[in-house]
Amino acid sequence: MATGDQTAMAKPVETVETPAAEGHDKQAWPLWEVFVRSSRGLSHVHAGSLHAPDSEMAVRNARDLYTRRNEGVSLWVVPASAIVASDPDAKGEFFESPKGKDYRHATYYTKSEGVKHL
Amino acid sequence: MSGESATRITPGNAYRPEDVAAQVAEGVEVSEDVAEYALRLGDDALILAQRLGWWISRAPELEEDVALANIALDLIGHARSFLTYAGAAWGKSEDDLAYWRGENEFRSSYLVEQPNGDFGKTIARQLVFSAFQHELYSRLVDSADATLAAIAAKALKEVDYHRDHATQWTLRLGDGTEESKRRMAAGLVSVWPYVDQLFQDDDLVGRLEGVAVRPSELRAPFDAYLAGVFAEAGLELPDIPPAMTDKSRHKHSEHLGYLLAEMQVLAREHPGATW
Amino acid sequence: MATQTQATLQAVPSAEDEAGQAYFDKIIAEDSRIEPADWMPEKYRKTLVRQMSQHAHSEIIGMQPEANWITRAPSLKRKAILMAKVQDEAGHGLYLYSATETLGTPRDVLNQQLLDGKAKYSSIFNYPANSWADMGAIGWLVDGAAIANQVPLCRASYGPYGRAMVRICKEESFHQRQGFEILLELSNGTPAQKQMAQDAVNRFYAPALMMFGPTDTDSPNSQQSMAWNIKRFSNDELRSRFVGMIQEQVKVLGLTLPDDKIRYNDETGMWEHGELNWDEFHEVLAGRGPCNAQRMERRREAHENGAWVREAAAAYANKKAQKAQVA
Repeated sequence: MATGDQTAMAKPVETVETPAAEGHDKQAWPLWEVFVRSSRGLSHVHAGSLHAPDSEMAVRNARDLYTRRNEGVSLWVVPASAIVASDPDAKGEFFESPKGKDYRHATYYTKSEGVKHL
Repeated sequence: MSGESATRITPGNAYRPEDVAAQVAEGVEVSEDVAEYALRLGDDALILAQRLGWWISRAPELEEDVALANIALDLIGHARSFLTYAGAAWGKSEDDLAYWRGENEFRSSYLVEQPNGDFGKTIARQLVFSAFQHELYSRLVDSADATLAAIAAKALKEVDYHRDHATQWTLRLGDGTEESKRRMAAGLVSVWPYVDQLFQDDDLVGRLEGVAVRPSELRAPFDAYLAGVFAEAGLELPDIPPAMTDKSRHKHSEHLGYLLAEMQVLAREHPGATW
Repeated sequence: MATQTQATLQAVPSAEDEAGQAYFDKIIAEDSRIEPADWMPEKYRKTLVRQMSQHAHSEIIGMQPEANWITRAPSLKRKAILMAKVQDEAGHGLYLYSATETLGTPRDVLNQQLLDGKAKYSSIFNYPANSWADMGAIGWLVDGAAIANQVPLCRASYGPYGRAMVRICKEESFHQRQGFEILLELSNGTPAQKQMAQDAVNRFYAPALMMFGPTDTDSPNSQQSMAWNIKRFSNDELRSRFVGMIQEQVKVLGLTLPDDKIRYNDETGMWEHGELNWDEFHEVLAGRGPCNAQRMERRREAHENGAWVREAAAAYANKKAQKAQVA
């Protein structure tokens, strides 16, 4: 269950270089993020991550690990390193703009309440 | 979550061991010949599942623990269905057959009885057996025996994945490092003498025309599939003569006795007990 | 973690750290969730890596005592259930390693820490599983204690940890039930089976209670973890609640718990139990339990025997990637 979390991983990963990364196996299999479509008509939703040597094995491992209980009808696997995240340091600012633009939501329009089929 | 769906044997509408048991309970007629044939199918699946079960907690990577466990679970499912059906001929349950038959009453093949060896040998055995099983079940779905056909239909979808899993690993080990190539090739050499037995016809199969699949018919498509995999993996087809085995599967390798001793020990300490 | 270590060496926190701390404190105060990219105090990160990786290691080592019985399970149905359960444990280990990796430590490094004996795992798995009934006792008591511990962790302040725990708890509910049913079946079976069940409960009762960790007076890290919303209840609170549940459930089993001191204290609202042998707990934790050496050896063997396979797959992937580039 990692993460689009690894998405945001850009940062923590950089911090690992030394002592923790000592003994890091260069042959270690890369990390993949797994997205599962639970049934037709629904989007693929992030389920977690896993390690696999390549994309073919990644999708098979994802099938074995994340659909053991009939959880999915389709899978995506994406190299964790390929995910680009919004700047983690920007925090709230990046998502500030839509705030205050209530007129984008139907609930903003109260005068038409009670009018049928609107 | 209900305990039942969580056992993971098969949610959904697939044909399950429980369905076969229900059918048997309703008093389905199973001839001795059909039962004998079902034993062969069930014992192969059971013995291979027993072998694969050993890998869980010992696989080369955690993801592979999960993958091998899935395959073993599928095979146990097949075994339970076939054994339950076979048992109907003699009023025996799947567990009566699995735990209370002696070595010479088993109908497993030499191939599945072979020890796991290293991961290369296990994959070699998986490749051979799942490719064989795939051809077999592809035809058994058309059996005149509706129960065998239904079990095969469910199993075929799963075996499709087993064959793919073994194929993917054969490619990676065959075309990975020098060491992996050597080990994969050694694994194939080690199981190859027992390939031939899988494809031998005998009188039983002759008597079950239309019900059983004639093993000899599966050899050509099996060879073609393996040739494709070997070519891509850069592996040689082993040039090794078949071992003397037993087309009717009454005789077994030396390994089976040890395997059964372990599998049956607890059940036999408690005759008549339920679990 | 390196930069974090360096950060602690700096006498004066940077403006960035101060802003980060303020933001972190606000999120914790709101009982919201910290996500991997957020600034977090170095100790929070360390505590999480330690706790989550220990938890992951416990799942992986915990496979062994049960995997030992897969080949001997006394019915095919039980064999399938046990296999599915041990497989789930591998899956849970994977979920937890993934969540831990979001904190910046790769799985192979975590694994190496385990193999080097630098990381701990739950000491319960250093006790042997000698009989089939132990599969029942492990499911009912060990998984039961684990679930009692884990349910509150679904709300842990670190997002990936909480999400992993949600998935794990959902799947584990079957683990406890199947264990309970194994014991129930044995208890209603032959006298020998019932004896086997009682014996397993007798052996696993105290170690299961110790899974909640030392008493609150003797648990230095707990306070901070609670302040950070990683832990939601103290060790003793969870243990008491668990004793309350199993003293009721054991009646359904027709078995007894090996503890005549169990009673409900009206004043404190807590379930009390007999004295636990904490010396034994510390001995096992220090590596001197009956199975510590065996468990580690098995894990090391699997890792070493698998090296050539992992290398082969990595080499194959490299070759394929190079070919794709040329093409």
